Amino acid sequence: MSTIDDFHAWPDAQGRFGNYGGSYVAETLIAPLAELTEAYLRLRKDPAFIAELDRDLTNYVGRPSPIYFAERLTKHVGGARILLKREDLNHTGAHKINNTVGQALVARHMGKTRIIAETGAGQHGVASATVATRLGLECVVYMGAVDIERQKANVYRMKLLGAEVVPVTSGSKTLKDALNEAMRDWVTNVADTFYIIGTVAGPHPYPLMVRDFNAIVGREARAQMLAQYGRLPDVLTACVGGGSNAIGLFHAFLNDRDVRIVGAEAAGEGIATGHHAASLAAGRPGVLHGNRTYVLCDDNGQITETHSVSAGLDYPGVGPEHAFLKDAGRADYVGVTDDEALEAFHLLARSEGILAALESSHAVAQAIKLAREYPKDGIVLCNLSGRGDKDVHTIAEREGVEV
Amino acid sequence: MNRIDARFAQLKAAHRTGLIPFVTAGDPSPEHVVALMHALVEAGADLIELGVPFSDPMADGPVIQHASERAIAKGVGLADVLGWVAEFRQRDADTPVVLMGYLNPVEIHGYARFAREAVQAGVDGVLLVDCPLEESAVLASLREAGLRQILLAAPTTAPARMAALCESAEGFLYYVSFAGITGAGRLSTSDIAARVADIRAHARTPVAVGFGVRDAQSAKAIAAFADAVVIGSALVERLAGADEEGEIAARARAFLEPIRTALDAP
Ligand SMILES: Cc1ncc(COP(=O)(O)O)c(C=O)c1O
Repeated sequence: MSTIDDFHAWPDAQGRFGNYGGSYVAETLIAPLAELTEAYLRLRKDPAFIAELDRDLTNYVGRPSPIYFAERLTKHVGGARILLKREDLNHTGAHKINNTVGQALVARHMGKTRIIAETGAGQHGVASATVATRLGLECVVYMGAVDIERQKANVYRMKLLGAEVVPVTSGSKTLKDALNEAMRDWVTNVADTFYIIGTVAGPHPYPLMVRDFNAIVGREARAQMLAQYGRLPDVLTACVGGGSNAIGLFHAFLNDRDVRIVGAEAAGEGIATGHHAASLAAGRPGVLHGNRTYVLCDDNGQITETHSVSAGLDYPGVGPEHAFLKDAGRADYVGVTDDEALEAFHLLARSEGILAALESSHAVAQAIKLAREYPKDGIVLCNLSGRGDKDVHTIAEREGVEV
Repeated sequence: MNRIDARFAQLKAAHRTGLIPFVTAGDPSPEHVVALMHALVEAGADLIELGVPFSDPMADGPVIQHASERAIAKGVGLADVLGWVAEFRQRDADTPVVLMGYLNPVEIHGYARFAREAVQAGVDGVLLVDCPLEESAVLASLREAGLRQILLAAPTTAPARMAALCESAEGFLYYVSFAGITGAGRLSTSDIAARVADIRAHARTPVAVGFGVRDAQSAKAIAAFADAVVIGSALVERLAGADEEGEIAARARAFLEPIRTALDAP
């Protein structure tokens, strides 16, 4: 399948995952990124830092999250058992907090007093505002004007947590533009500001650092599988926007070659329509936001506007490690449409009493498809990256319901 | 000899400070880019930086972002930009042209193909903002074709790294006057004079200073210690909204001529 011996050996010292990753940034950011890399590489091996992080993950985030056997969903589908890794049960309602708790501690160790973040669905913005206020740090969140409109509840949550939410009106007014704007802020305020990127994108060391902080998901899940089922799952699945919850689940299993890995990207209205956000399934290698990865762009190299019902998957790039896993043949990336995600959302709600985030509903839809491919004693482990409370208005509107 | 090197040699011999205007290719009007370039030369430009529009200009402030958006909305792409340089060269064989932009359009065009077409069009150098020295192996085919890779240096650049930049510089080294985005206007000449003097003492090439230069006064202040000054956002802002050839050229001249005069004054 692949010539890679050890998937845990990446990235290399330059932040490269094979041909992907790296640090494609303007000169002004080279020094702050070097400072961050130096600090993070030191802290990730520091027992005191690790203990501090573990305490926060246990007592503040509420880890470990369970793996839950979705029995009625499984019966309904009629295939392999579907297990859900319940990241929706974390404090603030998604996996995003795993990363922000970690980066906030790094920020404090580096003596930074101001936190900035970009957000799409608002989950990462909320998770950043949460950790910032807890550590007494100022917090500014950049959010596309379009996303502010469709994620009003999260905008208000951020404000309640004391963050300033800055609307971004350039470009497509979504997540990618919010990331550009946060980078511009960082370049201007490098001395006191720490930029908490919300996914495994951006320049080195972000894809490494954000992956490390989310890898707790897969480490727990792997141990839980062995303890509760005495075996590993047949297949893993997770939704892929920038790819942080997906790499979080996948990473601990990458060297378990018998465990199949499938990422679910947003196929929007269908890949053939061009209205989608499936960078890996339908894009090509390029350079965006500081790293080489698969991107959605036209023949002039202009990044194209994406579409997904879920703001958190509406991103025209993807973390470089996923690009690497795709090319190595270690993981497959497939598209799940808006309609399929909505259908899975309702099915999960009615069968299990769980309202999943629209992002996570893409993973659930993919888990249902995969369950049909395996015998009844097979196991599909699906990352339920977040809860759907933030999305109820979007769903009601789409389905013509007055709330 | 590469036109950039020739031009800086002339400037040095004449004890003049170089004037480098930046415009976004295709803004304010894709029809009149070539006329605009000639007008800039007539008004005293020594080298032209032509911005290749990109959808995600991470290092640029609102003025250049919006200029890029307008150009992209009119369908401007890398092939158009190369075509305009070729047309400019029919009447101007000497003024160096540097394409400034971001990596993705070049990556998607293909590095080897871009190198060939750019040299053929008469491009002399490239400044790819998101391609720092560490990643510049991807530009090998550009360098082999004779294009100069213009590197940036910044206030945040550490001393050891500055030495490496000085050593690797080609064409000219572009010193960014403050940590920030284009057009922010936080210029403080006293802060940068010493640093630029130090860089000039060590760089293999002349040093141009940009970011925050807005008018004759700020250009003159920079000229006291730099080989050239770069003016971007203020010019792009002045040109925005003009749509006829005569109007565009007139605005370009009205903006640049006083700066040229100030730079040449004793
Ligand atoms: C619940 C949830 N899942 C998934 C994502 C997508 O991000 P990533 O691909 O980095 O996990 C988001 C982003 O906002 C999210 O809120």
